[in-house]
Amino acid sequence: MFQTSWRFYLIVVVLGSVVLTGLGAWAYQLNRGIGVAGIRWPVFWGFYITNFVFWIGISHAGTLISAILRISNATWRRPITRCAEAITVFALMIGAMFPIVHLGRPWLAFWLFPYPNERGLWPNFRSPLLWDFFAINTYLIGSTLFLALPLIPDLALVRDRSRGWRRKIYGTLALGWRGTPRQWHRLETAMHIMAIVIIPVAVSVHTIVSFDFSMTMVPMWHSTIFGPYFVAGAIFSGIAALIVAMAILRRVLHLEDYLRPLHFENLGKLLLMMSLLWTYFVFAERLTIWYGNEPSEMAVFWATQRGTYAPLFWTMVICNFVVPFPLLAIKRLRTIAGTVVASTTIIIGMWLERFLIIVPSLANKYLPYSWGTYRPTWVEITITAATFAAMALLYVLFAKAVPIVSIWELKAGERMAAPGIAAKPARAMTPSDVGADLQVRPGPA
Amino acid sequence: MSHRWGMVVDLDRCTGCEACVAACRAENNIPTVGEEQAARGRAIHWMRVERYWEGEFPDVRVKFLPVFCQQCDAAPCEPVCPTYASHHTSDGLNAQVYNRCIGTRYCANACPYNVRFFNFFNPAWDKPLHLQLNPDVSVREVGVMEKCTFCVQRINAAEIQAKAAKREVRDGDITPACAQACPATALMFGDLDDPDSRVSQLARSRRAERLLDDLGTQPKVIYLQRESE
Repeated sequence: MFQTSWRFYLIVVVLGSVVLTGLGAWAYQLNRGIGVAGIRWPVFWGFYITNFVFWIGISHAGTLISAILRISNATWRRPITRCAEAITVFALMIGAMFPIVHLGRPWLAFWLFPYPNERGLWPNFRSPLLWDFFAINTYLIGSTLFLALPLIPDLALVRDRSRGWRRKIYGTLALGWRGTPRQWHRLETAMHIMAIVIIPVAVSVHTIVSFDFSMTMVPMWHSTIFGPYFVAGAIFSGIAALIVAMAILRRVLHLEDYLRPLHFENLGKLLLMMSLLWTYFVFAERLTIWYGNEPSEMAVFWATQRGTYAPLFWTMVICNFVVPFPLLAIKRLRTIAGTVVASTTIIIGMWLERFLIIVPSLANKYLPYSWGTYRPTWVEITITAATFAAMALLYVLFAKAVPIVSIWELKAGERMAAPGIAAKPARAMTPSDVGADLQVRPGPA
Repeated sequence: MSHRWGMVVDLDRCTGCEACVAACRAENNIPTVGEEQAARGRAIHWMRVERYWEGEFPDVRVKFLPVFCQQCDAAPCEPVCPTYASHHTSDGLNAQVYNRCIGTRYCANACPYNVRFFNFFNPAWDKPLHLQLNPDVSVREVGVMEKCTFCVQRINAAEIQAKAAKREVRDGDITPACAQACPATALMFGDLDDPDSRVSQLARSRRAERLLDDLGTQPKVIYLQRESE
């Protein structure tokens, strides 16, 4: 952690410049008007809302995996929980930006806050957008706490091993952690509460995101299946993002001893299950619409099945099912490489899925005279690319600043697993205990 | 006294001349976005005349369908707006409060008629149209939604005049720009709550139908279906 190579700076500069280009594109859009984006009548939502739904979906990696594995006491989770929780917080920060980026008058975004104002108006609590506002903020606060709590003992460890200004910063962040039994008890209680609380919050967030669509009577949006369908898709893309992030960390930080093939294998099984669940949802949704044969819905249905959007639709099916299924179902292929390939196609496929939910419905709504198409401009493409770079950049900086593998949890796991050592529960460990015989290699080489 | 303003569109009379479209633009300060932007789907037209072809070639005939805000009683655009920019007035109109609009465009997505239009840029007019802006109608800045208002400025003016003359608004006092311009008198405006008004009488016709009625939006625009051959 304390040595920085030129490669780190190079990555930060490259990613940073992409992010700055994206900010530049947004500034251009603010200056000229939202018209520099490709959205148009009647497709008023395009790339930005796609990105919003996609990134909020990615954010489901951390909490659900980490919380469920914590509650079920799955010991193999220990090295991966922090990678996962960090994805949640950063993906959520990026996703939550898009509702502001897409506004016609983003400088008035604060009107969504329920505060006493000179207009004498509350925001409209009937609007799903306002539900979004509360759901996402709750989730952001919850997942930040969920990430920060288990960080405390590790931050204390870093504090004790550093000097000068670093010691000051980590000392502040460690919140006076000394590793007393009382502190361990409180930490464990808090983590347990958060792990339970965060699961319904996570489920509600993507359900409410789906309500943005299903509450309207736009063809193929107005669907009872959307809540669970969106949550399943979110967990699906979230696990895929986690696998890719883990593989990169493993390679770059040489974490081969910690992020082992077992982790990829287990996550691969979870991913396989989500792939099947997602495919089932798509099948159930499409079959009922096709069988019902309602004209306005069939217009959207055929536009995606064999019309304008068919190439995208079938690419999505290939990316989310045809490619990942054999890679994840056949044990011999469920290797690190196999799961990473599957995860990459799933990330692409899930982005397409969000796009295909939003655009074809708006483009083929009721009166055929008013049908339209949508094509993004360079502004939307640049901002989209910048968000991927922003995600990577935040992750790189985070992995640089804190131990990306939870040291104390790993340690506690080792102690429990090794009966030879005088079994010392986690709550009896002091920061020096956590750091003793520590073999973790320092930061990005 | 409250009213329930509504319109009747007689499809037998509509010739598709689009005089209503032009009149609406002039009355309501609708910006001209230019050829390039119009091709990119940014044109604003509160009133449009949809064309549908009926029958098989060569027995084809065109059907003109003027479509504008249906001023729904159960409007899908209203509940979704987070800032009450789209809201219901006591007269039953779907008002769009430009100053409250932050541009989520959710209302336009929720509207099944696609009659809501967005200001993708600050408004501009092709010369010399910039010299004939209507002082009674506010212009809209970039990032806000707009749509047909039933010429609310004319409704308000008529109500003020009636009040000054200490009488009720009479049927025929109010004529929106589109109805005024229609050479075939295919468009009629009035109070649907007044059983004797012309629109109420026509609304009771067996030809009367409402657009996408099965969606349950309860529109206040009544279409008289075509009977002539």
